[in-house]
Amino acid sequence: METLHSILPELIRIIVCAIGGAVIVFGNALVMGYAERKLAGHIMLRPGPMEVGWHGILQLVIDGLKLMGKQLVVPKNADKPLFMIAPLLAFAPVFVPLLLIPFSDKLQGFDLDVGMLVILAFASINVLAILIGGWGSNNKYSLFGAFRSVAQNVAYEIPMLISLLAVVFMTNTFSLRDIAAAQSPVWFIVVQPLAFLIYIVAMVAETNRAPFDLPEAESELTAGFHTEYSGMSFSLFVLGEYANMFIVCSVATVFFLGGSSGIPLPYFEYTGALWFLLKVYALMFFLVWIRWTYPRTRFDQLMNFCWKYLIPFSLVNLLITVVVVKLI
Amino acid sequence: MKSYFSELFTGAWSLIVGLKVTIKTLFSPIVTVQYPREKLEITPNYRGHIDLVKDAETATHKCISCGSCQRECPSDCIVVVGEKREGVKGKVLVKFTLDFTKCSLCGACVEVCPTKALDYSNDYELAGEARQDFYFDILKRLEERE
Amino acid sequence: MNVEALEDDRHHRFVLNMGPQHPSTHGVLRVLLELEGEYAMHLLPVLGYGHRCHEKIAEHKPAKSFMPNTARMDYLGALIYNQGYAQLLEKAAGIEVPQRAEYIRVITAELNRIQSHLLWYGAYLLDLGAFTPIMFAFDDREHILDILEDVTGSRLTYCYHRVGGVSKDIDDKFVSRTRAFIERLRSRYPMYEDLVNGNIILQNRLNNIGELTPELCARYGVTGPLLRGTGVAYDIRRSEPYSVYPEFEFEIPTETKGDCMASFLVRYRELEQSLRIIEQALDKLPEGDFMAAKVPKKLKLPAGDYNSSVEAPRGELSYYLVSGGSDVPYRLKVRTPSYSNLSTVPETCSGMLLSDVVSAMGSLDLVIPEIDR
Repeated sequence: METLHSILPELIRIIVCAIGGAVIVFGNALVMGYAERKLAGHIMLRPGPMEVGWHGILQLVIDGLKLMGKQLVVPKNADKPLFMIAPLLAFAPVFVPLLLIPFSDKLQGFDLDVGMLVILAFASINVLAILIGGWGSNNKYSLFGAFRSVAQNVAYEIPMLISLLAVVFMTNTFSLRDIAAAQSPVWFIVVQPLAFLIYIVAMVAETNRAPFDLPEAESELTAGFHTEYSGMSFSLFVLGEYANMFIVCSVATVFFLGGSSGIPLPYFEYTGALWFLLKVYALMFFLVWIRWTYPRTRFDQLMNFCWKYLIPFSLVNLLITVVVVKLI
Repeated sequence: MKSYFSELFTGAWSLIVGLKVTIKTLFSPIVTVQYPREKLEITPNYRGHIDLVKDAETATHKCISCGSCQRECPSDCIVVVGEKREGVKGKVLVKFTLDFTKCSLCGACVEVCPTKALDYSNDYELAGEARQDFYFDILKRLEERE
Repeated sequence: MNVEALEDDRHHRFVLNMGPQHPSTHGVLRVLLELEGEYAMHLLPVLGYGHRCHEKIAEHKPAKSFMPNTARMDYLGALIYNQGYAQLLEKAAGIEVPQRAEYIRVITAELNRIQSHLLWYGAYLLDLGAFTPIMFAFDDREHILDILEDVTGSRLTYCYHRVGGVSKDIDDKFVSRTRAFIERLRSRYPMYEDLVNGNIILQNRLNNIGELTPELCARYGVTGPLLRGTGVAYDIRRSEPYSVYPEFEFEIPTETKGDCMASFLVRYRELEQSLRIIEQALDKLPEGDFMAAKVPKKLKLPAGDYNSSVEAPRGELSYYLVSGGSDVPYRLKVRTPSYSNLSTVPETCSGMLLSDVVSAMGSLDLVIPEIDR
């Protein structure tokens, strides 16, 4: 009995966290899927989805149902185990980072001392999913998409990490809760504007969004790594993509935009999450906005930009931060 | 070194300028029309498939079954059949069909008609389930219009 | 290099079959790419998926009846194709066209050219991964289609020209709508320039890609904006003036580098030149008939060879007709610009990145039915 008692609250906590994570992943995909199509529409001077429900608000629900009802087509000569496991690999790892994100003072699944490292580690699994999905499809376009994705993600993880490290040097901790709490007077975007900009660029590249959507460059590679995917396995990639967007935007919020800080509301330990979500969705809006504005970059130019600008700048930024922190 | 930075700044500025355009259009009114619900008015000059004109005086068509349109048609999609009837001057039109699957809407038939018996219809919502849906019986269409 | 040789090479190189269904081939063009990594070492365009024997059809019916077919060859420059063919028959049969009809032809042809360039503009940027500009370009293009629909009766594959004139006169409404459109398009330039032309990503994607030289253009018979992008101011409207073009003032935009950016800018600047021509033509529009008074019903073409060239949106369009004296031509040869322009691809695009192949092919402004005919 004794042990059960100690286990039960932990078990409940895990179950609650898992349900919360699932709610966020699916809810975010619904909201973002709808918002993206609506925003894209209005940017292009057209209304976007209008037919299902009021102003097409149920469009994503219907799309989801349609995708679930579709046959999973495995192409001939595809590597079936890899082909089937890739969407799961793209989708499943997003739950772990969600547990670590401090939505408000009290709304956090777990607080780890190495929270940032865990998030970055799990975010990288997405690359593996794209690689084996592209490889397993037995399609040349998919393979190209996969190759591009790996090179791009590996390259852009470096400036991403270095720009975050600048913040870590200032706060002396990897714990996301402590980093968010350390910004009570001023947000780090004020202190570390360069790191923020570098992080934003790297974040767009990490999530494979336009203008860095080379792995799924439609006009070159038809649909890139998910050319051969259909039905639910395709939608898992999409869910994974939106969840990844949510995660990288949450990290930006925690590191640079003060986490859940904002004008105090009643029960602020919980309602701070509103401010947090507001900041996250503002960043997501930015992602959508640039996607529907720019043409796609070329692959070598993307890499050049990383090596020529982002990495030197982030290193210089880190060096200055270290020196200043040491002196103060 | 100078070009390294100037490139960065001019590049970044061009990106910001682009963002300004799209944020402006985001809040501009939309220009598209939700088609089946709203419809734009089609110009009366629109050239759809051909139809026989209904003469106000005689309450029927003006076709004299001369077959000019049939001969002029580049795609051979018109069939006109007239027959002699007793007591009637000239020929009586008994069949006028248009194979719209072959028609290229050039308008040669309308222009060649000596009695101006043909005109373009304004039908543009021509969807069908089989190609037979587009074998129009123009004479029957005229009668149905009454 | 032929297809079999490419397939044989499959062991050590990577053969990618781009098309006939691919988002960036704009129709049923198939390109065999032999890749090393992402570099396309050899390219081979495979044509003929949209072949409809237009030239053969022309040998089997009265010359007049071929008019609707010309519009189907290049669905974006239908009026210009109409115009070229009408001119050919008028030349052959010796029919005088009234001045007003010539003016109407020029105005509609230039509207058609703008429409074609706008569609290219949007579609090209879509190739380059920008999703929004195509909607703006289509918004403008739709106005032209509305104007042309009102006078020609159709929106895309017009059959407006007749031997000896045009099928319908233009009215004041057409004139005022066209003028309003000129205003509108001019007011849109700053938007296009901010959103697209100045964009650093676009500049990087287009500069120094797919460079053509005047010598190479001469070898392959490349014409149109691609040739003008290399610095040769060759435009049929100037070099072999037809219709009433000599009466208008307009420039022939040229660039010197011959890369994708050059042809991009040439086409973009041609929008303004076309607007200028339309403006002048509307100002000078003479009164009178829109059809020649005497056009024989059965158009007998005296025996002989006839040629007529016009400047289509993509380059030089020539009709060459051999007549045996009857109303049915013995042979009609259509020289379409995209066919020659596409033939440069194997030479200019070898050794390019896959992304650059897409942008180089997009800058050719290909209309596949016109290549295949």
